[in-house]
Amino acid sequence: MSQFLDISGLNARIDADGQEKEILRGVDLVIPPGEVHAIMGPNGSGKSTLSYVLAGREDYEVTSGSVSFQGKDLLEMEPEERAAAGLFLAFQSPVELPGVNNANFLRTAVNAVRRARGQEELDAVNFLKTVRAAAKELGMSPDMLKRNVNVGFSGGEKKRNEVLQMTLLQPSFAILDETDSGLDVDALRIVAEGVKRLRSPQFSALVITHHQRLLEYIVPDRIHVMAKGRIIHSGGPELAQQIDREGYTKFLAEAA
Amino acid sequence: MSAPLAVTLEPFRKQLEGVSGQPQKTALEALHHTGLPDRRVEDWKYTSLRFLAGSVFHKPGKNYDSAKARAALAALGLAEGAVAELPRLVFVNGHFVADLSVTKGLFACSFYTADKAEPGSLVRSDREPLAALNTVLAENGVVISVPEGIDAGQVLLVSLGQADSDAVSYHPRHSVHVAKGGKLSLLSVQAGEGHYLHNPVTEVFVAAEAELRHVTLQAESDAAANLSTLYAQIEERGNYDSFVVGIGAALSRHEVHACLAESFAQVHINGVQRLAQTQHGDITSVITHAAPDCISRQTVRNVLDDRARGVFQGKVLVEQIAQKTDGYQMNQALLLSGQAEIDAKPQLEIYADDVKCSHGATVGALDDDQLFYMRSRGVPEGEARQILIDAFLEEVLELIGDETAREVCKTVIARRFPVSEEGA
Repeated sequence: MSQFLDISGLNARIDADGQEKEILRGVDLVIPPGEVHAIMGPNGSGKSTLSYVLAGREDYEVTSGSVSFQGKDLLEMEPEERAAAGLFLAFQSPVELPGVNNANFLRTAVNAVRRARGQEELDAVNFLKTVRAAAKELGMSPDMLKRNVNVGFSGGEKKRNEVLQMTLLQPSFAILDETDSGLDVDALRIVAEGVKRLRSPQFSALVITHHQRLLEYIVPDRIHVMAKGRIIHSGGPELAQQIDREGYTKFLAEAA
Repeated sequence: MSAPLAVTLEPFRKQLEGVSGQPQKTALEALHHTGLPDRRVEDWKYTSLRFLAGSVFHKPGKNYDSAKARAALAALGLAEGAVAELPRLVFVNGHFVADLSVTKGLFACSFYTADKAEPGSLVRSDREPLAALNTVLAENGVVISVPEGIDAGQVLLVSLGQADSDAVSYHPRHSVHVAKGGKLSLLSVQAGEGHYLHNPVTEVFVAAEAELRHVTLQAESDAAANLSTLYAQIEERGNYDSFVVGIGAALSRHEVHACLAESFAQVHINGVQRLAQTQHGDITSVITHAAPDCISRQTVRNVLDDRARGVFQGKVLVEQIAQKTDGYQMNQALLLSGQAEIDAKPQLEIYADDVKCSHGATVGALDDDQLFYMRSRGVPEGEARQILIDAFLEEVLELIGDETAREVCKTVIARRFPVSEEGA
């Protein structure tokens, strides 16, 4: 259990309209510190569920298995405790918060996390300086900080806003759930640059994607293929091209 | 006057004895006839006055606790900032208190007294029993008259209740008259301690091209009842822009009868209610479009926690003559607990054929997706809930045009509902 992130035999289900549905069926996954891993897989394979379970969403019931994060039992922690411990989930569909100013929300989040980590809170002036610089690097207009969180943002703007939050919250482990979807090539590059800037021996990431394109910008150390709630194959970065050429059929047949 | 006292009037038996003066006698007669409404009366179907039964409401004396009153004003945030500089009229238990008031800079203000009582041309004692009760028992109140073409600035009107072991009731009668082209911004704050009934009746005249901004902050004692009735008449191109914030009292009702009497007149009856525990808050309005080309706007939001109950009744009556009416009404509720309840009754009665009238109502809980999103960014649950509640109210509080009034309201709401560490 000395690994940075260690997922072992994870089973989870969701109550969908009164029916319990098993979505994760024995996920085993180890991510060492400083590594970027990718998960690819067909629709409905459980990729997003895995990201939600790791972030602590209550709709999912973990029925067995364990997740250890930096030596702590992740599944015992509240979502905000996980964030404070260094976990960050970039949402596939970022949520709109009408009436909540984006810059204010960022400051609230950053200071909540800093408080929990025993760091000094940032005052308004220092925070604004930091957030403006970070937004500029992501090619965001200053106007986006004045608007309500994600309200009226385009798909690309929402994804950039996720990366902005990630940059400011300084996680040690980030999950990017299809952050590439809905992005044009330029936006994709900017987002990838944002992730690259965080790369360090103290930062790991799990990139969930359908397309190998993002993985050309963020080259992963390992790629895992997920299907039917399990990791069915793992390999090096070359796996992305193979999947792009051949699809998942071969892996699915092997796993069956 | 030997009619037996209606059961619902028992709490006021003592005060109703020996009434003199003709308007009072007439109102008492009407009151004897109807009693106070129970829930069989259609307009009172969702709000029960049973809360008043079993108490004996005494007529309050003129003595008051000055230190407590000053502390109450400070607790309401009225002793600091821009609001502290305003001319103010302070009433304690319905009596005007000169020592707590600042009348410097105040335009044409006098006081209502029972002996020279005018019944008031808008007040319908024959129709609204609580207005009748007010007419019978009213002893004091302010009469503000803004002269033609004058911008009278802003005035603060404060009502403080002070009740000890004996429950008291007070029934102020206020009147605000803004003459042609005049302007006034009125902030009315209602608060107190102990078990009392505050039953004010306010008459509002907005003459042609005049404007009255009127914010009412109802932050009464948890043990009190506030039953307010307001009658407004707006003339050509006049604008009555009102907003009510309801956070106090065990039982409250804010009832407005507004008549758009001449063309191009406007009325806004907006508000928020933030209630908890077993509080009951009712916002009832009747807007009459009696002339063409008038505008009415109504946006009300409720945040209800624990076993609190909110009521919204909004009637818009468009008379046949009132072509080109533009009416909008929206009532929304956020229920923070499974036991909280909102009763919403929109009522459109339209006799003109060329009008634009829309209404809507929504009810919901805090959004789980939004909560999870915020918590996943490290914001603790209690704080995340508070941010969402504030955002829901904020969008409507922005409709308060006067910044000083808006800040007072926000401050008092925040003091009443501090962020909880635990969440729900």
